[in-house]
Amino acid sequence: MSTSLILLIVALIGIVGYVAGARRAMALAGGLSSKLHSRPGYYGSFIALWAIVPALLILAVWLVASPIYINSSVRSGFPEEVKALSEAEQGLNFGMVSSLARGMNVLSLEEIERVGSNPAELRAALGAKGVPLAGEPQPFMVEAAGELNTMTALSRTAMTIVVLAASLAGALLAFRQIAPRFRARNRVEKVILASLVVASSIAILTTIGIVLSMLTEAGHFFARVPAWEFFFGTVWDPRFAAAGATDSEGQFGLIPLLLGTLYIGLVAMLVAVPVGLFSAIYMSEYASPKVRSIAKPLLEVLAGIPTIVYGFFALTVVGPFLRDLSSQVNGLLTGDYMNFIQAQSVLTAGFVMGIMLIPYVSSLSDDIITAVPRALCDGSLGLGATRSETVKRVTLPAALPGIVGAILMTASRAIGETMIVVLAAGVAARIQFDPFEPMTTVTVKIVSQLTGDLEFTSPQTLVAFALGITLFAITLCLNIYALYIVRKYREQYE
Amino acid sequence: MNMMSEAAVEKALDQKMSDVSHKMIGKDVSVYYGEKRALFDVNLNVRENTVTALIGPSGCGKSTFLRCLNRMNDTIENCRVTGKITLDTDDIYDPQIDVVELRARVGMVFQKPNPFPKSIYENIAYGPRIHGLARNKADMDQIVEASLQRAGLWTEVKDRLHESGTGLSGGQQQRLCIARAVAVSPEVILMDEPCSALDPIATAKVEELIHELRANYTIVIVTHSMQQAARVSQRTAMFHLGQLVEENDTDKMFTNPDDQRTQDYIMGRFG
Amino acid sequence: MTDALSPAAGIPKAKPARRDIGIKRRYAAERRFRAYGIAALSFGIIFLLILIWSVVSKGYTAFQQTMITVPVEFSEQVIDPQNERATDPQKLMTANYPILARNAVAKVLGVAENDRAGLRAVNQMISDGVRTQLRDMVVANPSLIGTTQTVSLLAAGDLDSAFKGQIDLSVPETNRKVSDRQVGWMNQLAESGALAKHFNTGIFVNGASSRPEAAGVGVALIGSFYMMLIVLVLSLPIGVAASIYLEEFAPKNRFTDLIEVNINNLAAVPSIVYGLLGLAVFVNFAGLPRSASLVGGLVLTLMTLPTIIIATRAALKAVPPSIRAAALGLGASKMQTIFHHVLPLAMPGILTGTIIGLAHALGETAPLLLIGMVAFVANYPTTPLDPSTALPVQIYMWANEAERAFVERTSGAIIILLLFLIVMNVGAILLRRRFERRW
Repeated sequence: MSTSLILLIVALIGIVGYVAGARRAMALAGGLSSKLHSRPGYYGSFIALWAIVPALLILAVWLVASPIYINSSVRSGFPEEVKALSEAEQGLNFGMVSSLARGMNVLSLEEIERVGSNPAELRAALGAKGVPLAGEPQPFMVEAAGELNTMTALSRTAMTIVVLAASLAGALLAFRQIAPRFRARNRVEKVILASLVVASSIAILTTIGIVLSMLTEAGHFFARVPAWEFFFGTVWDPRFAAAGATDSEGQFGLIPLLLGTLYIGLVAMLVAVPVGLFSAIYMSEYASPKVRSIAKPLLEVLAGIPTIVYGFFALTVVGPFLRDLSSQVNGLLTGDYMNFIQAQSVLTAGFVMGIMLIPYVSSLSDDIITAVPRALCDGSLGLGATRSETVKRVTLPAALPGIVGAILMTASRAIGETMIVVLAAGVAARIQFDPFEPMTTVTVKIVSQLTGDLEFTSPQTLVAFALGITLFAITLCLNIYALYIVRKYREQYE
Repeated sequence: MNMMSEAAVEKALDQKMSDVSHKMIGKDVSVYYGEKRALFDVNLNVRENTVTALIGPSGCGKSTFLRCLNRMNDTIENCRVTGKITLDTDDIYDPQIDVVELRARVGMVFQKPNPFPKSIYENIAYGPRIHGLARNKADMDQIVEASLQRAGLWTEVKDRLHESGTGLSGGQQQRLCIARAVAVSPEVILMDEPCSALDPIATAKVEELIHELRANYTIVIVTHSMQQAARVSQRTAMFHLGQLVEENDTDKMFTNPDDQRTQDYIMGRFG
Repeated sequence: MTDALSPAAGIPKAKPARRDIGIKRRYAAERRFRAYGIAALSFGIIFLLILIWSVVSKGYTAFQQTMITVPVEFSEQVIDPQNERATDPQKLMTANYPILARNAVAKVLGVAENDRAGLRAVNQMISDGVRTQLRDMVVANPSLIGTTQTVSLLAAGDLDSAFKGQIDLSVPETNRKVSDRQVGWMNQLAESGALAKHFNTGIFVNGASSRPEAAGVGVALIGSFYMMLIVLVLSLPIGVAASIYLEEFAPKNRFTDLIEVNINNLAAVPSIVYGLLGLAVFVNFAGLPRSASLVGGLVLTLMTLPTIIIATRAALKAVPPSIRAAALGLGASKMQTIFHHVLPLAMPGILTGTIIGLAHALGETAPLLLIGMVAFVANYPTTPLDPSTALPVQIYMWANEAERAFVERTSGAIIILLLFLIVMNVGAILLRRRFERRW
């Protein structure tokens, strides 16, 4: 029975249970719902929950566990010489077996009879049915595929029986508990509460997932490449990741990538912080409500534009513009029309990223500035200070910690930004300090190491996870510190 | 040098009392917050070197009137003031008049103590610094010391001038704010319920301070407490529902007011 | 400072005369400061306008496509010279259809059949997409063979660019992709009305193609649609449930504090890290197929959850405690209070937050690159498990193409993406306006 059919039947049992439960409760109460502890619907829900939840849990566990068990038992039936092969080749063998098994389900019985003994014919027959095989199946594979199919079918039957039985049993047990004074609502609410708790722990699970998955993969990487070579290496040259290759000949130095990331981030902040901060000050202190009601949403639009669009803008507009501008300037000054700004450069990427970050700085600092108590500004204005004097000498100093927090949060965004730098910063990993030359970043390299064919055993692929965990650690520290500062700041004025 | 003798003060005061000179004159002052009218054609004169108390029930417009006197209402969006207010001979709502200059002449102390989150010294030095009143560090030190002396805070804080102003007690904070206002050498000081956030002992100190400041400054104080008005002021103005009900010598106001509503309010029948 | 007792000497006792407090200088500073503010604000807004203008001006032409409408002779000689189609259905699939189109155009232009260079030049004017176009016509209706039909053929990308005036014809002929002869033919065809611009439906329905004139965002739209559906179905209930627990039930202890800090941090984790998570957990560990929109949806769900939780908590917080007190006072359980009263009142805020979260997810590119959605997918995915791509990823792939016509396509795709985002955001704003409550 297919999984969706099982789900449907379980749902049906649940619905029937709901109706039966509600009716039963009313009948026991002699038709007066006021005699019941809870509304009849809660009795129904109680039964439905018992019919559905345990059955679904069993189903989920079964669906995850049974393939793992079946695979390992099929693999343990492989001939010894296959078991002696490397993990990757065993995987390839098993892949063949499972395609074979899939194919044998497609063939009719007599077709299997006819071609079962001849691998070449089998391959052709399967190919005709749209199941391509990577190579000639060996006899042990045909055998294993048959075993695989038998076990899968058996498991499926058993699963159907167990799940449906659990559903029915749950419904019946719950049904027998129903009595007028039975506290159905409290039981149902407990289940709801439990599901709320589960939902909120997903946040924790995500973090654990991020840390664990990246630590594991990065661990595999550091098993090949010493950690100090990664963290302190000054040369990034990973070489090609040939499929199946396990040599770690490339050099994986983090320093050039990290420098590029920080340099581009710095340029971005040099654009975003003054512009964002002054915009926020202007809007909160000077702008008339009308100007504010137009300018503020416009700036927010900047934040809503996807970063890929900024990347494209940098690639097709800003980069070429800066390149042509530099060649014109150079021509006017020296007569040599040679551009000194590359189209892909630290400046291009940083500048466009800066534009993207303006609304973050301005909306964060706007919040911070408006959190400064009005009494302070009034105190200053009441002494005869001008607005700008008040802003410079009272508001900003008072808001400084909060603004520092906002800037740190923006910086973490700049460091983690991907699409702009992928398109506009270039791919050359080198250590240099000319803003007109291309540099590359951690995020660019994560993308370039992970697009194309992946081999989860080669350091060329795994290094992306080492880069990822570095990136995660840096942004996490920045964010935690920034959140801490901002929280302290807010408490001060509450 | 910087303190007059007691006798001289008294003498100067008597002289001022005899020939009534008006420091500020409000004529037909009305205030609107958007559509809502908060003040109705108020005519009120503020006498020089006198403490004028504005009293009345909550929401009667006394604070609104006070904030008109140094145009703090400008900072509130869609607030509109009509009528005429003069300081000496200048119409303060004249476009020629500069609001910064006006506020340097008419200082303000607020309801809740609002020291800047800076050191005590920097709090006092702030005003003189922005207005460029001190030529050098020594000048500034002197202004700070004199202002703190004036506010009666000097002895309490002279050893910790560079600690944060927010670390002082509530009463000290408010006197710091008064010292901050005094440091700019204004001609008029406006006080908006300066003691409402203070305990009785701190209140007594601030009242004493107001009494002493009268020698050099014209003071307008909004207060909720009739006793306070009686204790600190020479003139009292009673507001009700945005209108000026009565303005009179404080003594007369609290013994034999002209207006029945004043009588009722003072007797505690409403408000 | 005319008074004898200048402030420096202490506090002046008598009424001070007008002091010089540097009004002029200070107001100059004030104006400067104000000007910085205006400059900063204009800087941001001007770049917004430049950005939008550059995209729109480059991209609006992508919604038009040059077509050549000519009578095409479905010659049996070319399609099926040996008349084998009855026995071998493959014959119709593999026939040389572009020749038909070339001959048809050549005939209209009067190019001689032995002018090989001329025929090649004609062939370059027609998109290779006519192969499938004509094939599909013939396979659907084999009786067309031997007849002559008027067909609108896709023009090649370079000709399309030239016709839209995007190719600088003053450049020497050898340095551009359209020869003078072809330009002449183009003008000739345009005058006769055979060559004209039509509304480009292809960009909305076609899949990936290496030929710009035949490339479209159809597959990417379906992929993005699947992902948005998955994000909505998963993140809204989970996000709301989590927020209800945290806001209404959670005791103040270390665990809930940890969740709180966690959620704030997750909202700021770079999106590419979610891509790594998806690759390691969903693809490598759980064995879900790479490039599938299911994996993309799951990754985007995890990414969107913190945004939705933060918005939902704010909306729940905004419901005044008096509502809860009223319901509890009537004997409702806490759960009933929340589900009957608090949640409905908070719903507009929750939905607004969800739409904004979805809009963000729709424009997200980086994590999708890592889970292999940068794939050349020409066929529509039928389930979320099929390989697919997404709108922003399609933009990324096109942005990396060198051809001029792809710049136009990329901008066109960006316009489509931005239109979706505008619709979503305007929806969120309207929702907020319509149901905004002041307590």
